[in-house]
Amino acid sequence: MNVSLILVILLFGALATWYSGDKWASKVALAFSTVAFGVTAFLTYRFFTVDNPTVTLSFSKMWIANPRVVLFFKADGLSLAMALLTTALTPIIILTSFANLFPRKASFYGLILFMAFAMAGTFLSEDGFLYYIFWELSLIPIYFIALMWGGGDAEERKKAVVKFFIYTFAGSLFMLLAFIYIYQRTGSFLAFNLYNARLNETEEMLIFLAFFLAYAIKIPIIPFHTWQANVYQKAPAAGTMLLSGIMLKMALFSIIKWQLPIAPHFAEKYKYIFIALCVAGVIYGSILALKQTNLKKLLAYSSLAHVGLVAAGAYTMTLDGFRGAVLQMLAHGFVVVGLFFAAEIIERRFATQEIADMGGIRLKTPVFSSMFMILVLASVALPSTFNFVGEFELLYSLAQANIWMAVVGGLTIILGAFYMLRMFQQVMLGDGTRAFADVTVIEGVAFVLIIAVLLFFGVYPKPLVELVTPTLNELLTYIKQLR
Amino acid sequence: MEILIAIAGLGIICLIAEIFNARKAIVPISIVGLIAVLVYTVGRCLKGGKEFISGLAMDGKGYFNMLVSDKYSLAFSSLFILLAIFLIALSPDFHKNHKPKLSDFVATKLFLLTGAIAMVAFGNLSMFFLGIEVLSISLYVLAASEPKNLKSNEAGMKYFLMGAFASGLILFGIALIYGATGSFDTAVIQTKALSPDLPKWFSIGFVLLSIGLLFKIAAVPFHFWAPDVYEGSPALTTATMSTLAKVAAIAAFFKLAYALNPVLSGRFITIINVVAIASMLIGNLVALKQTNVKRMLAFSGISHAGYMLLIFQLHGLTAAQSNLFFYAVAYSIAGIAAFAVVLSVCGNKGDEQIFNFNGLGKTNPVLALVLTCALLSMAGIPVFAGFFAKFNLFSQVLSKGMNSPSAQGIITALILVIAAVVSSIISVGYYFKLIIAMYSKEPNEDSQPLVVPFAYKAVAIVSFVLIIAIGLWPDLASSLIRRTVLVENMIKNKII
Repeated sequence: MNVSLILVILLFGALATWYSGDKWASKVALAFSTVAFGVTAFLTYRFFTVDNPTVTLSFSKMWIANPRVVLFFKADGLSLAMALLTTALTPIIILTSFANLFPRKASFYGLILFMAFAMAGTFLSEDGFLYYIFWELSLIPIYFIALMWGGGDAEERKKAVVKFFIYTFAGSLFMLLAFIYIYQRTGSFLAFNLYNARLNETEEMLIFLAFFLAYAIKIPIIPFHTWQANVYQKAPAAGTMLLSGIMLKMALFSIIKWQLPIAPHFAEKYKYIFIALCVAGVIYGSILALKQTNLKKLLAYSSLAHVGLVAAGAYTMTLDGFRGAVLQMLAHGFVVVGLFFAAEIIERRFATQEIADMGGIRLKTPVFSSMFMILVLASVALPSTFNFVGEFELLYSLAQANIWMAVVGGLTIILGAFYMLRMFQQVMLGDGTRAFADVTVIEGVAFVLIIAVLLFFGVYPKPLVELVTPTLNELLTYIKQLR
Repeated sequence: MEILIAIAGLGIICLIAEIFNARKAIVPISIVGLIAVLVYTVGRCLKGGKEFISGLAMDGKGYFNMLVSDKYSLAFSSLFILLAIFLIALSPDFHKNHKPKLSDFVATKLFLLTGAIAMVAFGNLSMFFLGIEVLSISLYVLAASEPKNLKSNEAGMKYFLMGAFASGLILFGIALIYGATGSFDTAVIQTKALSPDLPKWFSIGFVLLSIGLLFKIAAVPFHFWAPDVYEGSPALTTATMSTLAKVAAIAAFFKLAYALNPVLSGRFITIINVVAIASMLIGNLVALKQTNVKRMLAFSGISHAGYMLLIFQLHGLTAAQSNLFFYAVAYSIAGIAAFAVVLSVCGNKGDEQIFNFNGLGKTNPVLALVLTCALLSMAGIPVFAGFFAKFNLFSQVLSKGMNSPSAQGIITALILVIAAVVSSIISVGYYFKLIIAMYSKEPNEDSQPLVVPFAYKAVAIVSFVLIIAIGLWPDLASSLIRRTVLVENMIKNKII
């Protein structure tokens, strides 16, 4: 039993869902994604218990002779943590769309599982070429999900989605060039060989920037963020959750796994520029979030601010920065899915995304409003939530790098608290006369799962810390050695 | 040689079958015959010879070095035969209103195929010229094959005038080369070309030849005929031109450059690079504005010609030939898949505007899926065949640049690759226009339910499977031209 099983289950699940027909699609998809999560959890357990876990749980087989590409799925702390995030969020995302009356459900749920397959593949690949294929592959399902099942005006949606596709495709083609370039040096795409490519200064700069373009578009870091808010708003809720919960983590993960170890000198020399760019994104996102009148757009910009901080932490190239980034990626994945789900629940009942049209929900449904409250508090990193652990470490690493960066970055918590609580106030409090049906059992289950994860790891993050720390240390050793 | 005779024989059988009133048998006979020839060719290709044989190896069987069967020509011949099988399979339904003429259409396509094969298998310039003329004349006939349609007439006329002019240039070029070297035989010409006292006419002749071929390839700035001809010709002829004829011309150009001139001058390569960049960018930029699918695919074909011309940067490397072959396979099979869907959707509508594709995702999901995959493959998105084609190309160009001693080499390589990447990004814009029309627009209200003939569906699905299979096992296609581990194992286990 090794990590390739996760991918096989997800791919097979996607096909099975597609064939099962509209009536059964959602249930089949839920079953397969839950099994995939079970397998991932079991593999993580095995990772702690067996001897020499990376060797036992990895999978490798020759694929193409020329160029030399190996089907190599590696199980280490980092890839398993990200695979856990993917497979844990997929069933929750499927659960949240149960109440949506989509046409052509079989294709919809099939695409979600296919997307999970591609994203899990991105996290598990140890071969750069394979990684690139999965990275691109994940773009196709999300494009169709956003295009075919999205809301709002059809023409505007089309524009937003095509813009998104072209932006990300452009970025990743430059990443492909970077990979090809290094391959000419090493004759292999395996991560280990790519790390040891021994590039000179100019080459490292070009390659670092090519990677940066791909990741900055996907994360997004300003000034490459213009596709984001529109797509988040126009895509169906499940698509937005996939995008913000998992897909943009692919880029954050890739900074740690690919970009920094491949081009460590350049990264070390100019790291303050990139940290500053990310921190600027934090402030920019927060300020824009303050101004939004559309609930989904507000959440999109707040997400921009939070991931900016994660990227800044990763670029500090310290253990605290890396670990904080990974923990915050996991935490943010859950919290953002929860928040977008809350927005979706309100939209289902009120048929609007405008904050001004909402209000008075708390009086009707105390249960929903307390769940929403917990998510809002987790999002602003209140101590005892998972997000606090991550953001604390991120800010700590920033403070070590440069105290002023930490001060400015820390504003995210203050501004975040301000706009999130004000949003909560306008949306949930006040008097409203409109009826608001209480959350259904399925909706409640999804919320409870998310909140349970956030609170559990907020109090007891030790298992995750132990899972990722050795791998991150290993990556840091590479970076330092090569320096 | 026997391949050429077998195919020409099939063409004659088609014509005879018409006389004996066996019209129904024409298409099955020619398809079965072509499949047999294909199996034979592929078999020879896999077994035959060393790593790679240049265009000059003597066959050993004589023919006065008129035709050589090296790996390059055999691999391309098998591709052309495969494409011809697809194109002939599409014919009976496409020409169902002209039943009596079916034998002419099929026979013309078979003769066209012989021309294409002669173009890559030549060992003598006279054979090459015969090949290109047989191919072109068949295409003039096919382009004008709807005599009552004004546009088809215009297309045939335009193509003929332009084509005849290009043939004239080629012939003039051949004459000058003959004057300089005293021979039509490529082996003799190659030796003479390396000697220091080469008359100046040789270069002039070579340039004239190149211009003629660039015209046939439809590379910028010799591309202006292509959109009009593609749009005016019957759709099946457009499919033939944009797949078979185009890759045949590029394969011939590459072989010619290699056979006549093993050491191309840097200046010539620079010119070809400029042509390549211009083709990629102009083709893709103009395609953005098109609303007619055939015109759009014409411009997309121009840009793909540009990508294939990048191979000249790798002149002299063995990898260049396998890269060109792989790109040609990926491009032409995606083209066939796309045209099979275009024929199904617009077959009897008379025009191929994009709005005809509205809502195809709902009315016929299978065809929509095939067209989507074909377009994604052309755009170069993994895991489709087109991705590996572009990947190999970029990778080889960069590698050549990095291994060159001068700084100029790497800068040229970077410029070429970045131009190629930028134009790939542009191409996504119009490929997705079609995909959006299929999936996010409602079906047109006045449209009748689509009745898709079996043959169209079969060709679409087979080519779709090929696109994905070549994407998943890229060694499959390259093994035809390059001996890979796969073939070694097969030989070891006595499978072939």
